[in-house]
Amino acid sequence: MKLIFEKSVPGRHCSLLPACDVPEATLPASLCRDTAPALPEMSETDISRHYTELCQQVHGVNCGFYPLGSCTMKYNPRIDEEMAALEGFTAVHPLAPAADQQGVQEVLDTAKQYLCEIAGMDDMTFQPAAGAHGEFTGVLLIKQYHESRGDHKRTKIIVPDSAHGTNPATAAMCGYQVVNIASGPDGCVDLDALRAVLGEDTAGLMLTNPNTVGIFDHNILEITRLVHEAGGLCYYDGANLNAVMGVVRPGDMGFDCIHMNLHKTFATPHGGGGPGAGAVGCKAFLAPFLPHSATAEEPGHLQVRSFRGNFLVVVRALTYLLTLGREGIPEAAQNAVLNANYLMARLKGTYTPAYDRVCMHEFVLDLSDLKKATGVTALDVSKSLIDEGIHPPTMYFPLIVHEALMLEPTETEGPETLDHAADVLRMLYQKAYDDAEAMHTAPHHMPIGRPDEVKAARHPVVRWQPEE
Amino acid sequence: MGSYIPSTPAQRQEMLQAIGLSSFRELYGDVPAEMYLDRPLALPSGMSELEAGRAVRAMAAKNRVYDVILRGAGAYDHYIPSIVKYIPAKEEFLTAYTPYQAEMSQGLLQSIFEYQTMICMLTGMDVSNASVYDGATAAAEAAAMCRDRKRRVTLVSATTHPDVINTIRTYCYGTGDELRIVPEKDGKTDPDALREMLTADTASFYVQQPNFHGLFEDAEALGAAVHEAGAMYIMGCNPIALAIMKTPRDCGADIAVGEGQPLGLPLAAGGPYLGYMATTEKHMRKLPGRIVGETTDDEGRRAYVLSLQAREQHIRREKAGSNICSNEALCALTAGLYMAAMGPDGMAQAAKQSMAKAHYLADALCAIDGVKLRYSGAFFHEFVTDMPKTEEVLSALSRAGILGGLSVEGGILWCATEKVTKAALDKTAAIVKEVLAK
Repeated sequence: MKLIFEKSVPGRHCSLLPACDVPEATLPASLCRDTAPALPEMSETDISRHYTELCQQVHGVNCGFYPLGSCTMKYNPRIDEEMAALEGFTAVHPLAPAADQQGVQEVLDTAKQYLCEIAGMDDMTFQPAAGAHGEFTGVLLIKQYHESRGDHKRTKIIVPDSAHGTNPATAAMCGYQVVNIASGPDGCVDLDALRAVLGEDTAGLMLTNPNTVGIFDHNILEITRLVHEAGGLCYYDGANLNAVMGVVRPGDMGFDCIHMNLHKTFATPHGGGGPGAGAVGCKAFLAPFLPHSATAEEPGHLQVRSFRGNFLVVVRALTYLLTLGREGIPEAAQNAVLNANYLMARLKGTYTPAYDRVCMHEFVLDLSDLKKATGVTALDVSKSLIDEGIHPPTMYFPLIVHEALMLEPTETEGPETLDHAADVLRMLYQKAYDDAEAMHTAPHHMPIGRPDEVKAARHPVVRWQPEE
Repeated sequence: MGSYIPSTPAQRQEMLQAIGLSSFRELYGDVPAEMYLDRPLALPSGMSELEAGRAVRAMAAKNRVYDVILRGAGAYDHYIPSIVKYIPAKEEFLTAYTPYQAEMSQGLLQSIFEYQTMICMLTGMDVSNASVYDGATAAAEAAAMCRDRKRRVTLVSATTHPDVINTIRTYCYGTGDELRIVPEKDGKTDPDALREMLTADTASFYVQQPNFHGLFEDAEALGAAVHEAGAMYIMGCNPIALAIMKTPRDCGADIAVGEGQPLGLPLAAGGPYLGYMATTEKHMRKLPGRIVGETTDDEGRRAYVLSLQAREQHIRREKAGSNICSNEALCALTAGLYMAAMGPDGMAQAAKQSMAKAHYLADALCAIDGVKLRYSGAFFHEFVTDMPKTEEVLSALSRAGILGGLSVEGGILWCATEKVTKAALDKTAAIVKEVLAK
């Protein structure tokens, strides 16, 4: 389809602003730009049609099944959107007097109370705008804690090799050396490997539990005990919290701080890549190190962004929390786990689970055998799923499984959807033997086929330019 | 209680049987018994949609909605066209994840490519990323882009928004690098102090344009000094001002960043907002975050993909320049939509009217005994007045439905946008006059 710039017609515009009712003020000539930016000139009809055409080439979780592992693509309730659009929230200036923001405060306080209860933590900040931003905030809590004690020898953060890439990247942003430890054969932390790296230089451990292969690490109490014994702190990456919320609390597992992805676990929409919210919770002894806005709160603290956070995302999450309540939160977790196990069971016998045992909210398939037998890869199966209207699972992650497909169905899918997805996946398995070529070149029924990513990287075209 | 689980109790039992289990508890066999939560969460009971809506509406009703907003300081009350509120609510845009699967996400990828192009047009730069969290994180990420083993000091002008300074400071704290504040003189960056502070270990200098006091900085001269010292020059620009103001590229900036909130995003008590980030071709591969690139598909058709991923955390892990993955994609879509709806003329109108109204208000206030402009420099749509009784003034305005400017030591930082009418500005001046006359 055409770019918006290619639809622009000089002189076209929307009627939006009245004439100015005060005298003009002149910008000094030395400060004026040479030419106006070449933004598109459009009527409102043009714009409406353009974005409608665009949205017809996007697949959202509210449009169809989206079992993207590690991303918790659950249905995003409409009531949450309606609440976030209330003028009583959208029209509030972040630096309005506290007396004018009582409702904002109540939203933040209530959400904090509920989320701390779910996490088993004592205090929380909503400043971080995403999961990775939450990790950064959380590891800075650990750093400040050690420094406040005059303990400057702790220079290392331990990260399992199954971790999300954000974990090591975060540790590096916080000035730490990253110590990767190999996972055991069951995908869990190898206690001996952990013991071997723990020491006086250990600042902390970053861990996801259930881990990235969808298994709850049954040694978790021993793991956090060992880290604490060495003087380090334990950071919980909340990416997989949906499996256990209301069932077991990270604080009770021995973690000291945590980020929760409100845009995963608490049903706020991901918006095609944000805005999210990475609420960071901590035990009381870390609370003095939480970030604060210098203008909206009080100066003298660290802060990871302006003002108090992605407030409207918190409104959505709170609406969700109120709706589910104390019964609905664990019920959601249990059904997320049930759905994952059910889908895995329906695929077993055809596909090979990387870990053949009861899983949590997600599971990983290992397609190495299929690739060996037919040449069809995890990528080919994924691209073929697209033609069937199903968003592909997470591919080639975690790195410790070859030809990995990671599926997370979430609790908001019924058995009909899971049965259908299993049928489609089994059909594709057979197709790999019957017509591998068709799968190598899939998808066939989308606006585009496979894009040339090498060309995109070698000869970057990252903006539109008018033709000379 | 509410729930979004489609399966019925009977179906759940059938599913449990299908996997060979008899209870939900068995699903959690790996969870040590001593930590299994055997009590209900201390949360209220779940609610129906009607009840939940009622509870949240009651909270919204406790916030004050002002008819007139004369406060800026990093969050600006511009007019948001109706279509800009409506389009991003489309569920396809709203409920998609990051567009990892290009064939299923062309619409999103194209919207980001269009946004990137518009940011390049505004800033004069060659390449923009798909957004970062907000203006403060954009500034902090830009400063991080410039640091290396030899150049580890980041200079920031004292005329920068305090939240932005603090955020850059926090990112510097993370990597153990140093931040130094360049003092101000008459409300603007002191160029002599800057020249003195630029040393061989200076990585970059950050200046906000217009600055926190609303004043235009002598951006070109500052940039020249920075480059003379071999450091990088980062400008944080208000995107509405950029419709009429000299581009950061023309001022010599290497990286242009800013708070994108004025581009169609509501005040929303502070977020979600949008950090825009753009740079020159030379520094493209150091730019953090998602970048959408154009390519072709296997049949030669134009296609868009997440590109240059070799920079990012999922490939480079601890060697990545930033850990960012999720950004503010829907806010970027909104900003692109806003710029398309406003067009070059509408954007310029918003900028010119905001500036005109701020000057009208400044003139009206300064005609009152006891009120004067703190600084003499040229300003955009914000300015500081020195005046007595600031708290009384702000209270009186509040009673009249006007959110006055932000209280700053011994004065007020005012802001006007195109949304404010002449009548409201006249009323404001009248109230201030009345309070000060008492």
